[in-house]
Amino acid sequence: MEIFGIPSQALFGQLLIGLINGSFYALLSLGLAVIFGLLNIINFTHGAQYMLGAFVAWLGMTHLGINYWLALLVTPFVVGATGVLIERTMLKQLYKLDHLYGLLLTFGLALIIQGLFRNEFGSSGMPYPVPEAFKGAFNTGFMFLPKYRAWVIVASLVVCLATWYVIERTKLGAYLRAATENPSLVQAFGINVPRMITLTYGFGVGLAALAGVMAAPIYQVNPTMGADLIIVVFAVVVIGGMGSIMGAIVTGFGLGLIEGLTKVFYPEASATVIFVIMTIVLLLKPAGLFGTQK
Amino acid sequence: MKTLNHKLKLGLLAAAIAGIGATSSQAQISDGMVKIGVMNDMSGLYADITGPGSLIAARMAVEDYIKASGSKLKVEVVGADHQNKPDVGSNIARQWFDTDKVDMIADVPTSSVGLAVAKIASDKGKLMVNSGSATADLSGKACNANTIHWAYDTWMLANGTGKAIVKSGGTTWFFLTADYAFGHALERDTEAVVTKNGGKVVGKVRTPFPTQDFSSFLLQAQSSKAKIIGLANAGGDTTNSIKQAAEFGITKGGQNLAGLLVFLPDVHSLGLNIAQGLMLTETFYWDLNDQTRAFSKRFASAHGGKMPSMVQAGVYSSVIHYLKAVDAAKTDDGTKVAAKMKELPTDDPIFGKGSVRADGRKIHPAYLFEVKKPSESKGPYDYYKLVATIPANEAFRPLSESECPLVKK
Amino acid sequence: MTISSATTAQGSSSDKSLRLAFMLMLAFFAIAPIWIYPIFLMKVMCFALFACAFNLLIGFGGLLSFGHAMFLGTAGYAAAHAAKVWAWNPELAILFGTVCASGLSFVVGSLAIRRQGIYFAMITLALAQMIFFFCLQAPFTGGEDGIQGVPRGLLFGAIDLRDNHRMYVLVLAIFLAGFLFIWRVVHSPFGQILKAIREHEDRATSLGYDTDRFKLLAFVISGALAGTAGATKSLVFQLASLTDVHWSMSGEVVLMTLLGGMGTLFGPVVGAAVIVTMQNYLAQLGAWVTVVQGLIFVLCVLAFRRGIIGELAHALKRPL
Repeated sequence: MEIFGIPSQALFGQLLIGLINGSFYALLSLGLAVIFGLLNIINFTHGAQYMLGAFVAWLGMTHLGINYWLALLVTPFVVGATGVLIERTMLKQLYKLDHLYGLLLTFGLALIIQGLFRNEFGSSGMPYPVPEAFKGAFNTGFMFLPKYRAWVIVASLVVCLATWYVIERTKLGAYLRAATENPSLVQAFGINVPRMITLTYGFGVGLAALAGVMAAPIYQVNPTMGADLIIVVFAVVVIGGMGSIMGAIVTGFGLGLIEGLTKVFYPEASATVIFVIMTIVLLLKPAGLFGTQK
Repeated sequence: MKTLNHKLKLGLLAAAIAGIGATSSQAQISDGMVKIGVMNDMSGLYADITGPGSLIAARMAVEDYIKASGSKLKVEVVGADHQNKPDVGSNIARQWFDTDKVDMIADVPTSSVGLAVAKIASDKGKLMVNSGSATADLSGKACNANTIHWAYDTWMLANGTGKAIVKSGGTTWFFLTADYAFGHALERDTEAVVTKNGGKVVGKVRTPFPTQDFSSFLLQAQSSKAKIIGLANAGGDTTNSIKQAAEFGITKGGQNLAGLLVFLPDVHSLGLNIAQGLMLTETFYWDLNDQTRAFSKRFASAHGGKMPSMVQAGVYSSVIHYLKAVDAAKTDDGTKVAAKMKELPTDDPIFGKGSVRADGRKIHPAYLFEVKKPSESKGPYDYYKLVATIPANEAFRPLSESECPLVKK
Repeated sequence: MTISSATTAQGSSSDKSLRLAFMLMLAFFAIAPIWIYPIFLMKVMCFALFACAFNLLIGFGGLLSFGHAMFLGTAGYAAAHAAKVWAWNPELAILFGTVCASGLSFVVGSLAIRRQGIYFAMITLALAQMIFFFCLQAPFTGGEDGIQGVPRGLLFGAIDLRDNHRMYVLVLAIFLAGFLFIWRVVHSPFGQILKAIREHEDRATSLGYDTDRFKLLAFVISGALAGTAGATKSLVFQLASLTDVHWSMSGEVVLMTLLGGMGTLFGPVVGAAVIVTMQNYLAQLGAWVTVVQGLIFVLCVLAFRRGIIGELAHALKRPL
């Protein structure tokens, strides 16, 4: 069967792969959106923290025998803790300065982390096995979909929606949102705002690390895995609207699909299509598709 | 007075003769030292195939040569990482030649860097003896009097693996090509062989260099229904494509993968379970004969038990021949040594007897191998069974087809 | 506090320190090739010009562009193509590169100016990445191979630039001309208005200035001069490659300017010299260069925001 002259097999196959990529875009832009929306920090280190997640999982597996499921649970906390450390020691001092300094600091941290890991592990990537439960593939008729990749789509949807729910629909989320609007007022109500900010940064970092663990069996564990990805994620966040959680999720998945489609019809443009869309959105709706003018 | 004058004249004459004798027995080595620079990928996707192993091979070659020939040459070997980038490689080459007194650059994998260094060597009258780059253009349209191409090239690979696969029924091809000079050259040369032998190329896709995730490219290959998916890539790119092809059930659908450039370390990292049955062409394998076995065991003991790849063995062989040529030409001037390397026949434990042609191409036999099944292997690195030997005069592009301006037509 | 207002006030009468500094810089670059590898010094000068152009935007305009490599690299490719494929003379190739970079910066600037602060930075970063992928795909750039074997050619049709020393004189002249041009711009009425916009844009608007036009003009000048640096560099090294349009190059120029001192005239020059020297000597240590650069970023942001020349200027209480 052909759709627009492309065999449906190829079309659905690429769309599915696009959805998988989109899952990572969504998870990562969610973390970035949470951090930016609530802290006004552009966390350039996000890509390196994603990479840290994958490496902690790999190191855990090779040295401590930790399996995938345990890694999925533990790694976000381990890497999130490093995030808390960064926030407490360094980011805190920059809040009273121009926000651009935060960007520069996190950029520098990303260079340090990536450089250290490249030195230690080279740049060609470590293999990370697919967990036993997900070995093999579904024969969907139009393609073999590896079971693991299907799990990635489901898991990221669940995590994204859960995060959205917590932030937009629970009391904790309400405190967080209020603290962004007016920290001193919220502090006057007795809420420990600095601690909330620290934990929020840690949570955003943990999300990145989670994405890293999920990426390990697909993309190989590699010190440069976050570096080029982070810029695409920035574009996703700009398109979705810098502070919007739902915007990040929808745009992440959506752009993954669009990228997949482009690979079918016009493969040369697949790397630039997200940036082209960003340019168009900026021209027509500068605050982003779901954002509000700040 | 007369005797003093006479004695003076005799003395001066003796001094002059001694002087001439001294200069003629002493080689015109710049700075009194022959300095070899081994430039390659020390930490990236080609690090296992070249990397620190090539440096070890070069140093072994220097030691072995001086011991065997009793040469009085002072030789120093230095290394550098070009990170697979032509600008980094060019900078290193320029600095090495201009200020660091390097006379010859060896190895240089990654064809885009190899081409850049070839030009710089030519501009400065120095020498590059390249074992790592694949592009046959180094002895073709990009050839020059200061570049020698050792070990292997894309024409040899295409006519080894490519021809064998087409002849055994692989008549339709889809290429996954690493998007830089090497990938393009390998794709071009293999396509030529496929069409010449009655096959057809039904599609090709360029993959970014390097790539971690080949899933969408493999899907395109799958939907093309080509019998053969030709992997015009190397190192980490090849192992990733092969592993992911297994994940996506590509072979279950009746398609076969053709690894156009596969090295022993790649098979080692894939494991025989995945790699069995792969057809590949190399010019060196550690278990070919007693000489290769002896060399490889010595190399492995200096390199953490890892057997040498074709490139690392090539570095050893090329450095030995280079030093031989330096001694014979009594100089380390790049252009003169290159000419001498073409004059002298080669003979070493790696490739056996061979020669260097006018276009800078080193000639030696090539071997078509098939990767053993796990049950057929007796231990680590026992991976290949020999299918066919391609004699030296057929293994590489004939001079008559060469686009090299050095070749007199 | 805006990112670069950590500078001393620039009084037009305290030019003496600036002139002295300029003489010192000129003397250094004139004499140094006797002892130091000229190609290395030319690399320093090209990057110094690149950083000075970048600084015009951030230091004096308050606009952080995180994609400046796109101008360096695009001009480099344009000049390399002109010199190699069209066989133009070097001065025309460099001019062509500059023109291309100006055109690109006009387009990019018009898009980016619509937002401010962090958004501006992110937009420039994303647009630069788009240019990177374009350069990766476009056939004329040679992709991963780059444009190799770029001929240096005959300057004005007469002077063979293959000699490193003659090329050096050309690069020195270009660098000094660019530097002096930036000096002039900064000390002109245009420069004053730019600084006013940086300090408080609304106030400048209320005074009747079309701030967008000023910002765009600053962006174009900055992009054009970055292009000059890029075009010159591709002739010095006879190679144009993807490294020059990669985002890590954009990060490096930020680092050079931050380390040297944002908002000072000589800061970027010093910053470029330090970073290029460090990269050269730490090259054998591989990825340690990246780690050190990251460390410098972090330390500068936390404790050394004025940068080397900024601290010196502050201590001397004179503009530099």
